[in-house]
Amino acid sequence: MLKVYATELRSRLLLGTSRYPSPAVLTEAVKAARAEVVTVSLRRESSGERAGQGFWGIIRELGVRVLPNTAGCHSVKEALTTAQMAREVFGTSWIKLEVIGEDDTLQPDVFGLVEAARILSADGFDVFPYTTEDLVVADRLLEAGCRVLMPWGAPIGSGRGLNNLFGLQALRAHFPDVPLIIDAGIGVPSHAAQAMELGFDAVLINTAVAQASHPALMAAAFAQALEAGRAAHLAGPMEPRDMAAPSTPAIGKAFLG
Amino acid sequence: MKILVNGAWRETDASDLAAALTALGYGEAVVATALNGEFVATGSRADARLTDGDRLEVLAPMQGG
Repeated sequence: MLKVYATELRSRLLLGTSRYPSPAVLTEAVKAARAEVVTVSLRRESSGERAGQGFWGIIRELGVRVLPNTAGCHSVKEALTTAQMAREVFGTSWIKLEVIGEDDTLQPDVFGLVEAARILSADGFDVFPYTTEDLVVADRLLEAGCRVLMPWGAPIGSGRGLNNLFGLQALRAHFPDVPLIIDAGIGVPSHAAQAMELGFDAVLINTAVAQASHPALMAAAFAQALEAGRAAHLAGPMEPRDMAAPSTPAIGKAFLG
Repeated sequence: MKILVNGAWRETDASDLAAALTALGYGEAVVATALNGEFVATGSRADARLTDGDRLEVLAPMQGG
């Protein structure tokens, strides 16, 4: 089982709740993924429409744990205030900390991220920082109090998979005991399987499921891929080699030339 | 007085944040509030005095990735 902060999770697939064609499809996808954790956010509520109340009702009915994010925050101040608001509304000390530094790639402002992580950790939050594969930043985040890291696979919503394989492998090797959850950029189940084969602990997926033609089917496909990838990691994959090696024994081969 | 609620100017006679939320129609809705960029916990809303030109953010659960 995967342990994040004090919580043990059976499912290694965390699912985002955004961009689904309808609430019913979202519900089906969460069930098909067998997700125990879904990400949520806070947005302005109109007193007339009260869209947020309806959404919150759907999530509560699913009985899953929520991981609120600070998506869209570009400054430490914004992220801190959002985190405090999320803790009250969602009743959890978990926070997926995003401090966005660049609008085209949505890559994190790692300097602000570390600063915010330090303040929030000291304030009793369980911080899940959305970061890059940078080892020094990872080290600073752990020093700031984070016990989980969420490195990106590729830019949010890009579906490009594991963009910097070498960097991610180095991160995994460097922090063997820290739960590492690949967040962002996963496009298809094979990307998720690859992440698990490399020894990452879990994967957070949103767009790849929500924007599929059949989200629930894709969610199920991801769940299978994660299980296969995890099993492969535990089984110990062979090392690749440059030259061919016959799999059928050469000894005892008939001389028929 | 006028306060900026979620980016729109609204007229209110409420002197504190708790009264303003009721007057604005939020009633029992599950929301979190920030006044001039500072988080105001539910229990502190009645103590949060409003003045003309205040910026109020009223947020609720929403889809997120």
